[in-house]
Amino acid sequence: MTRHDIIDRVIKELQGDLPAVSRPYQVVAERIGLSEEEVISVLDGLREKGMLKRVGAVLRHQKVGYDANAMVVWKVAEEDMDRVGNLMADSPQVSHCYWRETPAGWPYNLFTMIHARSREELKAVILELSRMSGIDEYRVIESVKELKKTSVQYR
Amino acid sequence: MDQIDVKILNYLQEGITLSPRPFLDMARELGISEETILARIEALRNRGLIRRLGGVFDSPQMGMKSTLCAMEVPEARIQEVAEKVNAYHEVTHNYLRDDPYNMWFTVTASSREDLERILQEIESDTGIKVISMPVRQRYKIKVAFALND
Repeated sequence: MTRHDIIDRVIKELQGDLPAVSRPYQVVAERIGLSEEEVISVLDGLREKGMLKRVGAVLRHQKVGYDANAMVVWKVAEEDMDRVGNLMADSPQVSHCYWRETPAGWPYNLFTMIHARSREELKAVILELSRMSGIDEYRVIESVKELKKTSVQYR
Repeated sequence: MDQIDVKILNYLQEGITLSPRPFLDMARELGISEETILARIEALRNRGLIRRLGGVFDSPQMGMKSTLCAMEVPEARIQEVAEKVNAYHEVTHNYLRDDPYNMWFTVTASSREDLERILQEIESDTGIKVISMPVRQRYKIKVAFALND
């Protein structure tokens, strides 16, 4: 295997599920035909390059008590975007905060995903973000149904 | 969920170590035995609280191109359109939402060309316009839920 193949195989294994065993990287290494040390060194390299954020758990947020969620979109002037974007990003209830390019007819350019444990908390968080930022043109777009949720396939 | 589960989930969201015994490192930090941690992780998985334990990658850093899309789908066509959209493995999230634009999905592809092709295919397969809203600036992406019991 070339270095490139090795990295590819490690990414492929890590985008799946890691076994809950004492030496999980050893299990991955055996599947690929590498040593545990090599697998860890590839992961270290990917992390240094910023390609791997972490090896960790992704939770089902509804099941851990965060079942009031909404996408809230805000209309923010471009010159004011960094201030508002960074302010909203600071809120622990905001998981995603992105400035997006939007088509004509869609005035809301700052997108946030907000997670709360109740409808009341959700409403309070949104009002607080609006008050702190001074942005009062926004739309709360709630999800009605999850139609698909998977991970990106990198390799 | 008891206090041990909460500790485990909070830790796992931040990430395990890249060392030969990551759960032993975790055990030492949390003051819970490695054996208990492994058994609890298995149980949390089986109960569906953990969706996945694995690598969390940064898709732009991985060279991927992505966008958020929305469509205005007539009520009667939701299932049919969802099937067409979801058929692409590049579509990772798709939600029905309470808005005139009622179908919102993300597409993450390995090149800008693939991304454009998929959006065009969805438009021509369904006859419904797809609006695309790619990121200009990321201020935050941190999907971690502070848990307490």
